Amino acid sequence: MTKEQIKDTLLEIIAQIIPDEDLSNLKGDIPIREQVELDSMDFLDIIMELRKHYGIEVPEDDYMQLATLDGSVAYLEPRMREH
Amino acid sequence: MVSEKPEERRIVISGVGLAAPNGNNLPEFRSSLLAGRSGIQKLNVRYMGEVLAGICHFDPLKYQGKKEVRRGTRAGSIAIYCAQEAIADAKLDLAGLDRSRIGVYLGITEHGTVETESEIYEIKQFDYDVKYWSHHHNPRVVANNPAGEVTLNLGITGPHYTIGAACAGGNIGLIHGLQMLLLSEVDLALGGGISESTGSFGIFAGFKSEGALASHPDPEKACRPFDKDRNGVVVAEGGCIFVLERLSDALKRGANIYGEVVGYAINSDATDFILPSAERQVECMKLALSKANISPEDIDIINTHGTGTIEGDVAECRAIREVFGEYPNAYMNNTKSLIGHAMGAAGALELAGNLPSFEDHLVHPTINLDHLDPECSLNNLVINEPIRIDKVDYIFNNSFGMLGINSVVILKRFEE
Repeated sequence: MTKEQIKDTLLEIIAQIIPDEDLSNLKGDIPIREQVELDSMDFLDIIMELRKHYGIEVPEDDYMQLATLDGSVAYLEPRMREH
Repeated sequence: MVSEKPEERRIVISGVGLAAPNGNNLPEFRSSLLAGRSGIQKLNVRYMGEVLAGICHFDPLKYQGKKEVRRGTRAGSIAIYCAQEAIADAKLDLAGLDRSRIGVYLGITEHGTVETESEIYEIKQFDYDVKYWSHHHNPRVVANNPAGEVTLNLGITGPHYTIGAACAGGNIGLIHGLQMLLLSEVDLALGGGISESTGSFGIFAGFKSEGALASHPDPEKACRPFDKDRNGVVVAEGGCIFVLERLSDALKRGANIYGEVVGYAINSDATDFILPSAERQVECMKLALSKANISPEDIDIINTHGTGTIEGDVAECRAIREVFGEYPNAYMNNTKSLIGHAMGAAGALELAGNLPSFEDHLVHPTINLDHLDPECSLNNLVINEPIRIDKVDYIFNNSFGMLGINSVVILKRFEE
């Protein structure tokens, strides 16, 4: 997957998890939780989706790296390159 | 007879919110019951294939966001819908109320079965590796979930919990709300019952293994309490929540009063896991009449519990004959014949379906009663067509459940 594809995939996952939110203006460099209603259980849903559909394990110590969209893409790019 | 109790000690129903397989509110539900319109349909259930069930058709998004629906349970969505509808029907403005003085008390037959089955089904595709087990599981399956979701949705900060009372749950949720009002624990109670049982293959499979799951080529004819050709229960989902308040409060705010809860009783068979005890049912009915300070001849409508099983129907009819046999005044009907067995919601839904009788004097019929089982013969059983009667002052509602839990609620037409 390219970085752009990873970003689109993430946005699709987030859209499923918080379907009432408008994600069209989500900024890449600001923490996602500061822009939309996304609580810790929603965040765990993202982790679960990555595990179920892409076989990616995100250790708890790395959760902070997924705080922003850009950070998530940078973190996931080496792990999703083969997908 | 005018009540001698002070208005603070009289509890009335001032709002009704419900989701039934044949109606999304009381007027729709009542109209379906009077027309004999069944809510039973075919349903595909995991591992079972096609079964017959009562499925509700309300829109959960009327009161919930999509995320709330996704995160919560079906029971939670039904409960929220019913609670919101009940409050709207009672013309209550929540913003102006002390929400720490509102209690939510919901009867359930079971809870967590649906969610657990679904989660096991989900991890099956990952070879049962539990790292794929949802972090939502615990908040979804805690027994207070349906009532708790109501408080989250409505910002109610008073007590909330469910009452596990098998298929007597709906009656007992109402009774518990009344008790909490009389104890001054709350000033307003949302009491009733909820069922999401149609989401569980285990409930259907369990009845089938007992030889008690109804089947019929025509879904609408499957639920046949008291009929010789009955062959079991039709499982339904649904909910009904009543707004309960002290008469003094209801009068102060000019509320529309559907009826007064004048009698109730709960007891236990202490005889069998499944088979009912007519003897204990008689005791329960007599206790409710005695608490209401009335005699059997005062009752105008008896809504039976009959589920369409041979043992259950026969025991209840025997009990009713013993209590009411010498008093031919009361008319009797059965709501399950139209909506199936809404489990924890059944008692409350069936009571609600008969509430309008205080106004319109109509008794909704029992449908699918083509060949009456002689062991189920009752006085004035209203069969297949509604009838109009001269007087409706008291409605008597039976609701019984597994492990031998019996309940009766008696409502009186409101008069100051």
